Amino acid sequence: MNVTRHYEVVFIMTPVLSDSQIKETIEKFKDVLVKNGAEVYHEEHWGLKKFATPIKGKSSGYYHLFEYKANPKTVLTFDVELRRDERIIRYLNVTLDKYGVKFNEDRRNGKFVKKEKVEKPIIEIDKDE
Amino acid sequence: MTLVNEPLHSQNKKNVRKYCRFRKYGIKYVDYKDPDFLLKFVNEQGKILPRRITGNSLKFQKKVATAIKRARHLGLLPFETDGLK
Repeated sequence: MNVTRHYEVVFIMTPVLSDSQIKETIEKFKDVLVKNGAEVYHEEHWGLKKFATPIKGKSSGYYHLFEYKANPKTVLTFDVELRRDERIIRYLNVTLDKYGVKFNEDRRNGKFVKKEKVEKPIIEIDKDE
Repeated sequence: MTLVNEPLHSQNKKNVRKYCRFRKYGIKYVDYKDPDFLLKFVNEQGKILPRRITGNSLKFQKKVATAIKRARHLGLLPFETDGLK
């Protein structure tokens, strides 16, 4: 009875890595997921961001996000993999309920992009003498 | 219009009912990845505001609390700081 649920993982990589190493770690974890029968349907790279509080002595790191559908066993192996790799300094695996999935879809379709307030054009009244 | 019969602090402050913004605007999910939204529920030191101030219903105050704790775990929100806003 395989139950597939929606999950979302955000993991942080040490800032010391070069670009190629970052791509390689992301690919590695994507393979781990796909090989175990998960389906990664969305991916986001937030890039280098400063932490609000230092994590493991570091003050910034590369954030990356996966959204995937998997059965809980694959999440377990994925979790062990993340824990073992020392390039990942922190990760957070979250199950998404139906509201979470819907929210992420809206977020992707740009429903929450704040419309910049359009300043009203200043109409110069040309005073004709 | 003398200020004699005008109460010092205006009376209508009292009957402004607080409402739960999640139920009113139909928000169903509190996203832990968006710190700007969560900053509304945190005071200057980065501590979570109580329900009597935010006016949230119990169900959504819990969702906000877990979202803030997840954001802190990921380093998006500070655990405690001063002059956050």
